[in-house]
Amino acid sequence: MTYQSAIPTRPDTLEQPASQFDSLAQQHQADTLGMWVFLASEILFFGGMFMAYTVYRTAFPAAFEAASGHLNLGLGGINTAILLTSSLTMTLADDAVVARNRRATAIWLALTALLGTIFLAIKGIEWREEFREQLAPLFGRPFVFPEPHTDQARLFFSFYFALTGLHALHLLIGVVLVLVMLIFTLRDAPHLDAKVIIAGLYWHLVDLIWVFVFPLLYLAARHG
Amino acid sequence: MTTVPITLPKNYLNQDYTLWSWLTTIDHKRIAWLYLVSITFFFFLGGAAATVMRLELATAPGDVVESETYNRLFSLHGIAMVWFFLVPSIPATLGNFLLPLMIGARDMAFPRLNLLSWYLYAIAGVFALTMVIAGGVDTGWTFYTPYSSLFANGQVVLAVVGIIVAGFSSILTGLNFIVTVHKMRAPGLTWMRLPLFVWAQYATAIIMVLATPVLAITLLMIALERILGIGIFDPKMGGDPVLFQHLFWFYSHPAVYIMILPGMGVVSEIITCFARKHIFGYDGMAFALLAIALIGFLVWGHHMFVAGQSVYASVVFSLLSFIVAVPSGIKVFNWAATLYKGSVSFETPMLYALGFVGLFTIGGLTGVTVASTAVDVHVHDTYFVIAHFHYIMVGGMVMAYFGGLHFWWPKMTGRMYPDVWGRIAAITIFIGFNLTFFPQFILGYLGMPRRYHTYPDEFELLNALSSAGASILAAGYLLPLAYLLYSLRWGPMAGPNPWDARGLEWTTPSPPPEHNFDRIPIVTQKPYAYDVPKRDSDPA
Repeated sequence: MTYQSAIPTRPDTLEQPASQFDSLAQQHQADTLGMWVFLASEILFFGGMFMAYTVYRTAFPAAFEAASGHLNLGLGGINTAILLTSSLTMTLADDAVVARNRRATAIWLALTALLGTIFLAIKGIEWREEFREQLAPLFGRPFVFPEPHTDQARLFFSFYFALTGLHALHLLIGVVLVLVMLIFTLRDAPHLDAKVIIAGLYWHLVDLIWVFVFPLLYLAARHG
Repeated sequence: MTTVPITLPKNYLNQDYTLWSWLTTIDHKRIAWLYLVSITFFFFLGGAAATVMRLELATAPGDVVESETYNRLFSLHGIAMVWFFLVPSIPATLGNFLLPLMIGARDMAFPRLNLLSWYLYAIAGVFALTMVIAGGVDTGWTFYTPYSSLFANGQVVLAVVGIIVAGFSSILTGLNFIVTVHKMRAPGLTWMRLPLFVWAQYATAIIMVLATPVLAITLLMIALERILGIGIFDPKMGGDPVLFQHLFWFYSHPAVYIMILPGMGVVSEIITCFARKHIFGYDGMAFALLAIALIGFLVWGHHMFVAGQSVYASVVFSLLSFIVAVPSGIKVFNWAATLYKGSVSFETPMLYALGFVGLFTIGGLTGVTVASTAVDVHVHDTYFVIAHFHYIMVGGMVMAYFGGLHFWWPKMTGRMYPDVWGRIAAITIFIGFNLTFFPQFILGYLGMPRRYHTYPDEFELLNALSSAGASILAAGYLLPLAYLLYSLRWGPMAGPNPWDARGLEWTTPSPPPEHNFDRIPIVTQKPYAYDVPKRDSDPA
């Protein structure tokens, strides 16, 4: 079985592979496959919580729809647009690094990290709003929600904070990763193309998870 | 005997002797040793808990420990044995050591990640030990809600955080194995030429990567429920405690296969070697491993026949559980067929391997028994279940682990252990094991429930037998600790291939040099060519 990596190897390279590998191509293929396997694992990680959410969403449709109506769809929608755009800039960084255009790579990476940071900031504003409206059932704080759905809405908001919190944590790691890639680019580190593309895989997965989180949580009240 | 001072060629052990060189090593062979030492510690910690439990159960009244202490003991026993010994046992020690050697690679694909796995394991171990010192948990190793999330007053958060971290350690190990097998095989080593040990590690790695994250998220939800006060499994808010069981067993049933597949790989290697025969039905053996790994994802509901699961779901899970027994059956028949007309000899590893086949068969067949919906209602949560899974995990996996350790010990250390003592220990463990756990089948069938520290007087004889067996078992486990340590210094030199075995790992010196092979081997034939006469020109 042969596996063709999407990562081209530079013909003019003088770089040596790590000592356990025979060639740079083998190393790049192994690195890429490693990231894909990790992403598969991540999907199952979030999958467990998506599954649990879906069970309750089906069990208490009215309550979950009522609770979902209390989320800020405007900010959530803006955030979705921001994150999807950041995937575009990450892809452009991939393209630039393959073309060995360091300046463009650095710009696109910086933009990606910036978009990720804006997402986190907006997410923080949303959380603050929900704390103010006493919709956060955390640390024994009061939870206020009109009857008859109080208890199940509490369940909804438990999932809301767990899912968006976990996603935000992943995105934070992603931002740090992209900034590290930016430093590598500025220093012209070896194997730069492979590094940036593999970091990009992670970034896209975190975006993709949001593509599921958003409709599950925000659009439950608006599914027509 | 005269002693001649000789200088050993440089190998992975005598490169550097400092502690620092061990703690910063990225050599897969040294990382295997880091794991070996740490899991041995947890094996004896879990064993100590079991010893106190058997001491308590030797007599009917609760006279050694209180019920509360007893609950914490069996929880500690389960947590230490499952997550800190059995899950990493063969993959992280023998697998780490042998995988690159068996596929003709210089190291794992990701040596630093490999070391990180061990550090995560060590951090998880610190959490677990802190949990023990702070008073332990009384939830059992399964952490069923709402008990674990709302009522338990032990150190649940410390325990689950430790297990989550240990889980990420095994995810990274699995990831490393998958990539290594895909990308690092020597020239000519096609998939159907891989040793079955490698197939077994590969199948295990798939489960580790795909099932463990679900456990991580499930336990994280419990931790969040306890720390933040959110109520995902809280029935008061409409939460469903049975949902926790579904999520928990979605990992923990496949995890049972994490705790048996590597053992099957070890036993396949040992049986062909000491029967001097090619393994019977190689293709079937390899695909059976994958089949167990994949079907194993679809049987978790058989743990919940009495938990209020729909009867239709139970029927489906019951049938799927019968189906997963088929590839296991294929393996047992093929081991038997490999022995048939072989030149069988009974060195220490072979005794363990044969013990494995017998005990695994009993454990597997009683597994089919408890997977039958009606019978399960009768024996659920009794000692019958305890006996069943100990036949798989201890009779199966621990036997295989010891067999593998004895088989590759000369490769790992360059020294032979005293074979007589090895055989004595193997037989002691076999006898002690059966005496401990066979009476528990009868106890369970008669209705003795698990997780109680007292029981009616009529169960006393069988329990006394079980406790007596446990003391023999404990002696059997202490013996290898003594003579294997002895062999490190005083054992005779083993040479590269003391068993005259096939396989790339036997073509390098013992202990192997730092990068395993001076020249990367080229593979031209199927594994286990024991029936092909050896020529002088052959590499091994």
